Amino acid sequence: MGKVKIKKNDVWIDMTPMSDVMVLLLTFFMLTSTFVKNEPVKVKAPESVSQIQIPEKDVLNIFVDKNAKVFMSIDNTKQLGETLEQMVSTGGYSSLSPLEVAKFKECAMFGVPMSQMKKFLAMSTEEQAKLMQATGIPTDSIDGGMSEFQQWVDAARTVNTDVKIALKADADSPYKTIKRVMNELQDMDESHYYLITSYTTDEGKHKDK
Amino acid sequence: MAKKKESKQKKMNVRVDFTPMVDMMMLLITFFMLCTSLSKPQTMQLTMPSNDKNLNEENQNEAKASQTVTLYVTDKDDIVYYGEGLPEYNNPEWLKETSWGVDGIRKALRFHKVEDGTMPLNEIMKERDELEKEKKSLTEEQFEKKLSDIRSGELKSGKVPTLTIVIKPTDNAKYTRVIDALDEMLLCTIGTYVIDKINPEEQAMLEKKGVKFDAAANADNAENAEK
Repeated sequence: MGKVKIKKNDVWIDMTPMSDVMVLLLTFFMLTSTFVKNEPVKVKAPESVSQIQIPEKDVLNIFVDKNAKVFMSIDNTKQLGETLEQMVSTGGYSSLSPLEVAKFKECAMFGVPMSQMKKFLAMSTEEQAKLMQATGIPTDSIDGGMSEFQQWVDAARTVNTDVKIALKADADSPYKTIKRVMNELQDMDESHYYLITSYTTDEGKHKDK
Repeated sequence: MAKKKESKQKKMNVRVDFTPMVDMMMLLITFFMLCTSLSKPQTMQLTMPSNDKNLNEENQNEAKASQTVTLYVTDKDDIVYYGEGLPEYNNPEWLKETSWGVDGIRKALRFHKVEDGTMPLNEIMKERDELEKEKKSLTEEQFEKKLSDIRSGELKSGKVPTLTIVIKPTDNAKYTRVIDALDEMLLCTIGTYVIDKINPEEQAMLEKKGVKFDAAANADNAENAEK
């Protein structure tokens, strides 16, 4: 009788090593993770063999989707808010309430004309994505001066003098759409920037042909 | 005897059940694994020429004609056009076509002959390949320095001329192809290259080869220029 009882007790499995490993894994993931941002506009970056990493911070992302619409994003939310305020004050647009600025900081990406900014900030995230895809940041010059796009870049430069520009454009879009954005940047003496690509090897690149 | 049995059972119960904790951990780990992007996107550094016209002309004069190759990236997806030396708009032979990749454009660039009949890029690429083999024994900084020396033509055997590549994409060229052209610059260890606009003579020449130019896009460009 006694023997049978001992055997029953031994069925218990020791979970301690397993939970140790789990804790380790969990800490690893928590420390290394940067959350995938829900980008309202999907842009497929072209493949390249270049292996330069994108700078960690101070990046102004410019997106060009396949419909040639331009969007922007800034990782640092503090700078994002300041950029908007700078934009409003230098561009002479109708001022926004602190609440609206706070709402703007929550946007992962922005890309509407300033005339629609108030409407944009009052919308839900899904509606925002729709409006953005329909409009984008205008690249036409205003009365022969800077375009809204250039004003944004300029505002971002004023807020953070170390800002680096990264251009992410859709792989299949024709070059003229990217050329337009490049020209706008060139016009404001911004000639050094990063092109975002996805890594592939030289062999991988020419395999499909 | 009964008392002894009770104390024994108590000793067994000291063990804590970890299963719920492990369950929780599993859940959390799955959550983090699904929500993270470990791989950061790669980038390419690009420096465009300034719009200042005076400066542009100076730069163009710097490069010797025989060391210049012009690449035309067009809407023809599998073909890249290239011309060696100064453009000869009236000579259809000047504009050659080749494919992308190792056997196409890279070969053409690698075995491009300069004035004295040597192939400097071939020398440069050979030395680069040697350097790649030694990479393990070098620190990153040393490697970068040596690579940039090679890129500027400072080889062990002495200085060789470097090529200057002008990349001219048409409006309808796919963006991926432009990146491909920039990739070739990286793979061929070419340090000096520039992206430039196509001029009317070149457009006429390419049209003869069957490259389509968007009439509407051209009108757009003209409009923008006027503005």
